[in-house]
Parts: sequence; structure tokens; C-alpha cells
Amino acid sequence: MLAHEFMRNAYLAGSFVALACGLVGYFVVLRAQVFAGDALSHVAFTGALAAAAAGIDIRLGLFVATIAVALGMGLLGERARPDDVVIGSVFAWVLGLGVLFLSIFTSGSSGGDGTAAVRVLFGSILGLSAGDARLAAAIGLLASVALLAIARPLLFASVDPEVARGLGLPLRAIGVGFLVVLAVVAAEATQAVGALLLLGLMAAPGGAARLLTDSPWRGLALSAALALGAMWGGLALSYEVASVPPSFAVIALATGLFALAALHAKLRSSRPAEPLPAASRLSRIEA
Amino acid sequence: MRIELAGLSLDPVRDLEQLTEFSFMAQALEAGAIVAVMAGAIGWFMVLRRQAFAGHTLSVVAFPGAAGATLAGLPLALGYFGACGGAALVLAAVSRPAGAGRAGESAAIGAVQAFGLGLGFLFVTLYSGQLNGLESLLFGTFLGITAAQVQTLLWVAVAALAALALIGRPLLFASVDEGVARAAGVPTGLLGLAFLLLLGLAVAATAQITGALLVFALLVTPAATAQQVTARPGRGLALSVGLALAVTWIGLAIAYFSPYPVGFWVTSLSFGAYVAVRLGRALLARRAEPLGVPA
Repeated sequence: MLAHEFMRNAYLAGSFVALACGLVGYFVVLRAQVFAGDALSHVAFTGALAAAAAGIDIRLGLFVATIAVALGMGLLGERARPDDVVIGSVFAWVLGLGVLFLSIFTSGSSGGDGTAAVRVLFGSILGLSAGDARLAAAIGLLASVALLAIARPLLFASVDPEVARGLGLPLRAIGVGFLVVLAVVAAEATQAVGALLLLGLMAAPGGAARLLTDSPWRGLALSAALALGAMWGGLALSYEVASVPPSFAVIALATGLFALAALHAKLRSSRPAEPLPAASRLSRIEA
Repeated sequence: MRIELAGLSLDPVRDLEQLTEFSFMAQALEAGAIVAVMAGAIGWFMVLRRQAFAGHTLSVVAFPGAAGATLAGLPLALGYFGACGGAALVLAAVSRPAGAGRAGESAAIGAVQAFGLGLGFLFVTLYSGQLNGLESLLFGTFLGITAAQVQTLLWVAVAALAALALIGRPLLFASVDEGVARAAGVPTGLLGLAFLLLLGLAVAATAQITGALLVFALLVTPAATAQQVTARPGRGLALSVGLALAVTWIGLAIAYFSPYPVGFWVTSLSFGAYVAVRLGRALLARRAEPLGVPA
């Protein structure tokens, strides 16, 4: 399988995309910002198509659009944390814009075809060149390192914002910083699994890790490991079964892992467990 | 859809005649009106219950439903209603995963959504081709709506709205204050399930016209605008339905005369109304502030 160059490229880019998605996804679930991740993934679609319609590099459109919207959400969030309805109204319109760009692009003189939209929506990890894959891996690694650098204050701010504020942590800067990392990862993952599916690579491993362990550090590692497992397994599956597209295989595995974790949690909770008091949860971050 | 803007004469009577000249356009306006009324009413409850994420997930699940039905050679409507109804049941089942609270719930919804979209992509791939078909499943088309389709939509809408009227009062109670409602003996769990099923029904019907990705614009934005204007249920519902109807008809009319897609016009009009109302409220609040709070 790894004798093919396109598979090596897919594994290289996919590993780091999955690593970044798993790490970010844990926080997305912990901070209950799954819907924000959903919105950013749709913004990625519009950004990429806007770039395609304008005839510039799709990646430029991806990163500019997601980071701009993340900053907007983060800054709005200072006064009133934007709730689901605000996010929903904005991204419904962003999708409408995406449709506009799609129609400009497909009817434009640049001779575009429908496959560009499909690539953006559902990813094209098997079509990456060696250069693309190296760049994707580098950005994924960078995003992971950036996230781990702010992981400690971010965990604190996510688990108990009141205490974190009392200790003088810059909650707003942390929140905006996290949204920007999320935006970068979303733009990055769009190239691998597509704008419509990247939510699964974040929410499913993150949600599964939350169900399996209460310890934040173990959860973070577990989430990254689950995302990596889904990516590796999904790529192998789509290689063995040619009719299964890789992005579907990856998301299906991630969802399956989440379902197993939920089942496990359900079985465990039928034996009543002692809920952890908030103080001991916090002390686990310090540990 | 290249009927140039030049066709617009700015004479309202003539333009209206031109708009309804072709039966496909008349049927599009009828179908648009039906789905707008249904989405406006059910969307109002969705926004009130803060279930925008669940609503979005139900609406994207319409895509694998339609793609799967195409692949299996079943009627499209069956795919839409089957997938959205099934997803409503799944969402109701996962809405309380053990001990993970609200964060766990949204993770589960996100996983369901991504899996549904992935499944849709798999079906389209297996069907091997027709990218135009994929685009209209996702972004809708108002061309080629048949009279029979309009008839079906009408029956679905009547049934959905009748059911909503039946459970409306307890649902409102349960949505505003679940704890008190439960203490008063209202079966909140059952109502939540019934509402998700209604939402799935409305989404499945609407997605056939607007496409799976744009249903959400009709569900969330008019309702969010209405709730900015008034907190009273009767007026809010009427306003939400009126707005949805207005943006759909105006959007269809503009799309008829312009080269750009109807989805863009409908979402932009509804978002424009939402932003205008929010700005208006912010201005009013600023003006009222010096009176209310002495500096």
C-alpha cells in the first residue's frame, strides 16, 4: 500500500491533520463549541469557492475566511458569547454566499467544473502532491504545537472560567486564540476530509475521549490517538475497498469509535459511580 | 437559469405576469410558500428551544437520504422522509448520553451529522457520477417542481402544522421552562421526541426544494429575527412565518430575473432582515439608555 506515492502523501498529510483535529476536537467538545466548529467548516467551503471563483489558490481563501470568521466570533463573544442562534443565522448566510461563488465559478470563463466543489465539500486526500502533503503536515504540526502551548491555561479556562478569571488568566485572549487555532485546523482538514466532514474528525474523537476519561490530559491524548486511528484505518480501508471514498471511511471509523465509547459509558453508568467534585477535577489539571 | 435582468420591466403588473407565465415558476412559488410557512412555524420553536444544531443536523441528513434513495432506485420523497425521520429518532436517543451533559450531546450530534454527510458522499460515489445531481441535492433547485410534488408538500405541511397546533401549548411550556413543566406533569421527554420528529418532517419536505444545505436558512433566520422583535408567542410565530414567506417569494422572484442562484438570494434577504432588526434594537437600546440609567 505504501509503495504508492499518493498513499504515502495521504498518510503523511492525514496523520498530522488527524493529530491536530483530535487535539482541537477535545477542546471543542470540552468547551461545548461543536456548533462553532460546524459553522467554521461551512465557512471553509465558502472561502475555498470564493478563491476558486476569483482564480487564486484555494488554500488562501480557506485560511483567510476561517480565520476572519473565527476572529469575528471571538470578538463578538466578549460582550455576549455568541449563541447557537447567532452562529446559525450567520453561517446560513455564509452558505448562501458559497452557493453564489459556486455558480460564478462553474459558469465563469475560467472553465471551472463541478469537481472543484466536490473536492472542497468532501476532500481529496488521495490527490495531494508531495509538496501539498509536506505543507499540510507542517501546518498540522504547527497548529498542534500552538494548541499544546496554550493547553494548560485553556484547560483551566474551559473547566472553570470563574476561578480562572479570579486567578487573572486572560480569558478573552485565550478564547480568541483557541478559535484561531480551530480555524487553522478547519481550513487544514478541509483539504483532507472536506468541509462537510471535518466536524466528524473533531467531534467524534473529542466526544469519545470525554466519555472514556475524566482526566483532561489523558482525554487530550486519547482524543488525538482516536483521530489518528480513524485516519490510518480509514485510509487503509479505502485503499482495500476501492469504491469507498477515503473521507467517508475516516468519518465512519471515527463515528464508530464514538458509538463504542458511548456504549461503554452507558454500561459503566448502569453501576452508579461517584461524581467527582469540581475541586478534584481541577486538581487533575494541575497534576 | 439565464433569464437576464433585462427582462425586468419595472412595471409591477407586467413583471408579475412574466413571473407566473411559466407553470414551473408558478409551481415554484406555490411550493416555496408551503415550505416557508412550515419552516417559519417549526423554526420558531426550534430557535426557542435552542436546538439550532439539531435542526442543522436533521437538515443535512436529507442529503444521504436522497442520495441513498437515488442509488437504490426508490422514490426520492421516501429517502428524504425516511432519513430525516430516522435521524430525529437517533438524535432523540443520543440527546442524553450517560453523564456527559450538554457537551456530550453536541459531540454526538456532530458525529451523527458528519457520518450522515459522509454516507451521502459514499452513495453519490457509488452511483458514480452526475455531479449536477449532487449540487442540486445540496443546494436545491426550483426548476422542475411538479404539480404532484406541490400536492404532496401541501398535505405534509397541513399534517405538520396540525400536529404542531395540537402540541403547541404544552410544547411552549416545556420549551420555556422544562423543569417547571415537568413538575406540572407535562411529558417533556415525549414532547421533545415529537418535536424532533416534526422538525425532521418539515426539513425533509423543505429540503426537496431548497437542497439539504439551505433548509437551515429558512428554519433559523426568520425565527431568530422574529424573536428579536417580540417575545410573545402568537406574534412571534406570525412574524416568523411572514418573514419566511416574504424572503422566499422575493428571493425566487429576484432569482428569476438574475443569473444568480435562488439559495443565495433567500439566505441574503433573510440575513439582511436579521441584521437590520438587531441593529435597530441596538440603536433603540442606546437611545433609551440615558433615560433608564442615570450616568
